[in-house]
Amino acid sequence: MKDSSEGYTTEDGRKIGGVVMEMKNITLRFGGVVAIKDISFDIREGEIRAIIGPNGAGKSSMLNVISGFYVPQEGEVWFHGAPRPKMRPFQVAQQGIARTFQNIALFEGMSVLDNVMTGRLTHMKTGLFAQALWKGKAEKEETANREVAERIIDFLEIQAIRKTPVGRLPYGLKKRVELARALAAEPKLLLLDEPMAGMNVEEKEDMSRFILDVNDEFGTTIALIEHDMGVVMDLSDRVVVMDYGRKIGDGTPQEVRNNQAVIDAYLGVSHD
Amino acid sequence: MVQSQVGTGGTDGLVSIPALLERNVAKFGASPAYREKEFGIWQSWSWAETASEIEALALGLINLGVNEGDFVAIIGRNRPYLYWSMVAAEMVGAIPVPLYQDANAEEMAYVLDHCGARFVIVADQEQVDKVIEIQEDLHQFEHLIYLDPRGLRKYDHTHLHQYSHVQAQGRAARDEWIGELEARKAKLDYDSICVMLYTSGTTGKPKGVVLSNRNVIETARASSKFDDLRLDDEILAYLPMAWVGDFIFSIGQAYWTGFCVNCPESPETMMNDLREIGPTYYFAPPRVFESQLTDVMIRMEDASSLKRRMFDYFMAHAKKVGPDILDGNEVGMIDRLIYRLGDLMVYGPLKDTLGFTKVRVGYTAGEAIGPEIFSFYRSLGINLKQLYGQTEATVFITAQPDGQVRADTVGVPSPGVEIRIADNGEVFYRSPGVFVEYYKNPESTADTKDADGWVATGDAGFIEESTGHLRIIDRAKDVGKMESGAMFAPKYVENKLKFFPDILEAVVFGSGMDRCVAFINIDLTAVGNWAERNNIAYASYQELAGHPRVLDTIQAHVEAVNVSVAEDKMLSGCQIHRFVILHKELDADDGEMTRTRKVRRRIVEDKFEDIISALYGPSGEISTVTEVTYEDGRKGSISATLEIRDAAVRDVTQGIAAE
Repeated sequence: MKDSSEGYTTEDGRKIGGVVMEMKNITLRFGGVVAIKDISFDIREGEIRAIIGPNGAGKSSMLNVISGFYVPQEGEVWFHGAPRPKMRPFQVAQQGIARTFQNIALFEGMSVLDNVMTGRLTHMKTGLFAQALWKGKAEKEETANREVAERIIDFLEIQAIRKTPVGRLPYGLKKRVELARALAAEPKLLLLDEPMAGMNVEEKEDMSRFILDVNDEFGTTIALIEHDMGVVMDLSDRVVVMDYGRKIGDGTPQEVRNNQAVIDAYLGVSHD
Repeated sequence: MVQSQVGTGGTDGLVSIPALLERNVAKFGASPAYREKEFGIWQSWSWAETASEIEALALGLINLGVNEGDFVAIIGRNRPYLYWSMVAAEMVGAIPVPLYQDANAEEMAYVLDHCGARFVIVADQEQVDKVIEIQEDLHQFEHLIYLDPRGLRKYDHTHLHQYSHVQAQGRAARDEWIGELEARKAKLDYDSICVMLYTSGTTGKPKGVVLSNRNVIETARASSKFDDLRLDDEILAYLPMAWVGDFIFSIGQAYWTGFCVNCPESPETMMNDLREIGPTYYFAPPRVFESQLTDVMIRMEDASSLKRRMFDYFMAHAKKVGPDILDGNEVGMIDRLIYRLGDLMVYGPLKDTLGFTKVRVGYTAGEAIGPEIFSFYRSLGINLKQLYGQTEATVFITAQPDGQVRADTVGVPSPGVEIRIADNGEVFYRSPGVFVEYYKNPESTADTKDADGWVATGDAGFIEESTGHLRIIDRAKDVGKMESGAMFAPKYVENKLKFFPDILEAVVFGSGMDRCVAFINIDLTAVGNWAERNNIAYASYQELAGHPRVLDTIQAHVEAVNVSVAEDKMLSGCQIHRFVILHKELDADDGEMTRTRKVRRRIVEDKFEDIISALYGPSGEISTVTEVTYEDGRKGSISATLEIRDAAVRDVTQGIAAE
């Protein structure tokens, strides 16, 4: 089913489109350390794609390759059917890619609303001077952007903390604000780096629901890294499994779960 | 039933809520009827816009096949759209049945099955899921209408409809159905059913209280006049829509006087929205006032010492003269000046923070309010009053008139209400607001309401001879006798305990026994803050509840209550000899409380039987295992060893001689 270029239909009836991004034989080295070794996989339009693996498997490095932050020594990243050149971070954002971080990277002193508004920066066209005067076009633009921000605040149910400085929020809410900021950029591809790390069961359930809703409501393609197997299996359409920088499995959650290499990596192998 | 109502209600053709809506459009169509904060901005609808929204929905409902006499259940938090649903349902001759949105699927199944709702209008996916979960058992259920489409895209839409689409279809089919709608509206009269509300049911299954247009409109008319409610009043609708009070305030009185109903953005933003709206007419149960006061006190303790001294000084002054100034009594010039200054420095900013700057009429009811809490708000100059009511009375039985407000009474009979006290102390009333019947339950109807229209409240109380005010002691069935024959009124003692900010809930036992014992729930906010200031580390509610110093504090509170209880000769037997602090909060999900947070005494008694017998035993501690239900319905259990404490009691030579 995955090999047809037109995409496929998921178990719950969602239509998944063609390939958005393709990793072709990626190898990434830091000096003598090989973080990623000859990995290939693709991400299709509208799907939730997970990358899992034990600690140190190279998941975050992989996400950084997808986001364009790391440039692999070997292999190519194809985006919308063409090899992607080396890019600056703002160029990545302009291409419709947004991300959240494993260790939250918000502006602690700013309010939630202001943090979400920073996600709109790539959509602001007026110059610094016009913004400062806040007249005419700049004013209209700000109003329109605020509306987008407010819709996302409503969507993620963080109205009550709209004006609260981020530094005063508990961890679970910060994660949600970070998701809000990423969504404010209206990305086509959303990268989530361990969205559930450090959360309790209830927070994980909330976050899972938000991720599914984002995918459902906005049709956003999502690639995520996650530790918690249960969450991954419930959320994702397809899963890439990594271990020691190598790909050891790729397929639907069910396929991956039955894959012997994956079971060995997670549960260990006896050597007798 | 009293049929002699003349004047405005009924006779001007204002015999139904839809008729009032028409009048409001004609008389003040441009003034705001509803506001709701959404996307960070207050959106508003005038009466004219409201009427057109409701008409569109009503047409859409007819289009979907809603018949006269159908029951339409409405589930969700306070939103204009759901208020419109109730009026639209009525307009097409159906009966709206608002339900508690936090009810679990089982409770919801009972009610939906009992009224045989063919249509259900809900707020969001959460409620849709609940209804879908139970729909197989509901034989009459046909269509589900939802407001917020989020997360529902993938659902099977054969019986599922989006609210805005129903309205759009209604608008499109206007020519086809408008004649039918007008005909149905014209059939509504003073005796047709306005709404059916399920009582929370402190005992047994919920009962469906049927209220007619007469009940609702007569009550709205009389109570609006009593408090001089006006077109330019503002209320914040945040209490459950299934509760009769909300129906009367947000629909009855709002449609009668035409004032504006404001809906908060989300339950969490309620306090902030309250500030932004600044309601002039406000209702809250005692626990809301309590928690607000606790918040203020906690924040003051963290304030700088200058601010704290200023706060203490002016609050002491307000306590001395504030209530008198509010009641228009004589107060000295100097005191008035200091109060004025205090208003500038403390009361004004405090009221602003609380959102009470503009409150002209404030009510609390449902439970007894602590005298301290009550006078705190009144001393700030907030006209907070008490009322006593029931679903069966369409709220109002008694209310306090301006200038005659006290913490320990519930006021004089509301206009049109007659009151009678039975020999056993039970309070009876009769009024135009007396409910029609309990739906499909003639036995209970007959038990509650006699042929002459007198309704038993189930509460024991008496009328103060000097003032004519009613005082409520307890639930009539809970007032019992102790072994010695002395009166046992648990609620009376529990309320005294609950007046301490550290104590969230208390349950006193002792009926038929030689002495009283109590369960205590600590208030995690208040005690947690105290623990923080005293460097007491704790990992859970259970650990904090079992901390020896917390036990010491609570013991002091219990002993203080004993002193005050001992002062009342009739009730001095109700002093608490031993108590425990429970290891879990009493919770509606575990069935220990009703959804309106009233303790279900019998269930608590059965569930914690082992702890009660330990309280009457010699042992100093008890090990127990308790089953708990999580919000999603899963069950677990917690085990704990609880320390039992003895409390000092006053030795009173009782009036009743021991045999």
